[in-house]
Amino acid sequence: MGLVLTMQLRPSMVDYGVESQLPAIVGIAIVREIGPVITALIFAGKIGSSIGAELGSMKVTEQIDAMEVSGTNPFKYLVVTRVLAATFMLPVLGMLSDAISLYGAYLGVNIRGITSFNLFWAQVFDNLSFSDVIPAFVKSYFFGFAVGIIGCYKGYNSSKGTEGVGRSANSAVVVSSVMIFVIDLLAVQVTDLLGLN
Amino acid sequence: MIAEDKMISAEKMNTGTKEVLVIRHLYKSFGSNHVLIDFNLDLKKGENLVVLGKSGSGKSVLIKCIIGLLKPDEGLIEVFGKNIPELDHEELDRIRVKVGFLFQSNALYDSMTVRENLEFPLRRHWIKISQKEVNDLVMETLEDVGLTHTVDMTPAELSGGMRKRIALARTLILKPEIILYDEPTTGLDPITGKEIIELMIEVQKKYNASSIIISHDMNCVKMASDRVIVLIDGKCYANGRFEELKKIIDPKVKQFFE
Repeated sequence: MGLVLTMQLRPSMVDYGVESQLPAIVGIAIVREIGPVITALIFAGKIGSSIGAELGSMKVTEQIDAMEVSGTNPFKYLVVTRVLAATFMLPVLGMLSDAISLYGAYLGVNIRGITSFNLFWAQVFDNLSFSDVIPAFVKSYFFGFAVGIIGCYKGYNSSKGTEGVGRSANSAVVVSSVMIFVIDLLAVQVTDLLGLN
Repeated sequence: MIAEDKMISAEKMNTGTKEVLVIRHLYKSFGSNHVLIDFNLDLKKGENLVVLGKSGSGKSVLIKCIIGLLKPDEGLIEVFGKNIPELDHEELDRIRVKVGFLFQSNALYDSMTVRENLEFPLRRHWIKISQKEVNDLVMETLEDVGLTHTVDMTPAELSGGMRKRIALARTLILKPEIILYDEPTTGLDPITGKEIIELMIEVQKKYNASSIIISHDMNCVKMASDRVIVLIDGKCYANGRFEELKKIIDPKVKQFFE
């Protein structure tokens, strides 16, 4: 993400004569928006579909009923654990993704120019503040929660055999992805209202 | 709709033993589809009762109501003197220790090994059990179904018949007093099906359990039943021993035995 973004921004930045601001702009774009949202979308594709398909197949093969008969509350055992894991792990993944993207951006900057490692990171961090990092981190929790709960809901309510399992996995990804954009939109509004933009 | 007075009873069963399960005036519908209509049933201690009926006649719905997976619209389902629809989760779990359920699809947990599948109900119901006791029980139950060598395998590595045996082992591990079998021979070849029926009879004797077997496999009905109920139009249409029901000339009953 960082590498591509840098290479695409570079020509315009050169035209305006602000090429030196490239690390700062890319850093803000990645930390505030691109890192959390793209990570959440990939997360929805991989984890949301996996949760939807797994719970869906458990539902249609009566494994959830078997769990209930075995004295286990399937909601707690299957849903709560997955939603918590998704909620708490997506922000961590988001941070990892930001770090990798920024390294990519460093490579991108150095493909057509020369910027030292220290200068690149100094420019990135000089232009970042807590008001950039914290809202992005907080909204990642909401993205994770949405992916977890939607995947579980779709899987848990799966029906009509194997066809239903595929449909659950598919709709878990689609609904989660749309929800990520809705949450992102709300997060921008809230951040703006709180004066953090 | 069949009137109650027209219900065919080939023989009034009276073994003199206490009922472990009593169902009275049970109704269950899904929208406009009335599956069970004023259904009545008694199950005695140690008895093997087969419920016979066409696909979609409500046999599986009946046993899911008994175990509390489905809530009936109306009626009494008394298991060991407790009315299932009125029980809260904790009370229902206590009853479920005494009632085993063998699912039609086996419902083995794919992500767990055979050992973990068998340990699952033990860990949930008997929290204070030690690891050694768990291991002993798992191996003892696997020995009952003749599959001790599969203990560390996953369900995907087992054949259909083996999966059915493991599912039966998981049902038996809590030593239930009532076992509900949902079409235990469906999807199995006749030889494996016969082996499963023989195994069911064997464990039923060993554990002195009562059982309700849902089936439309006549071989299973003949071999496993002490008594047979024919479920037609949501009601208990005929009730008696296999050989006696076989002689009934009523076409609705006769079609099952032809």
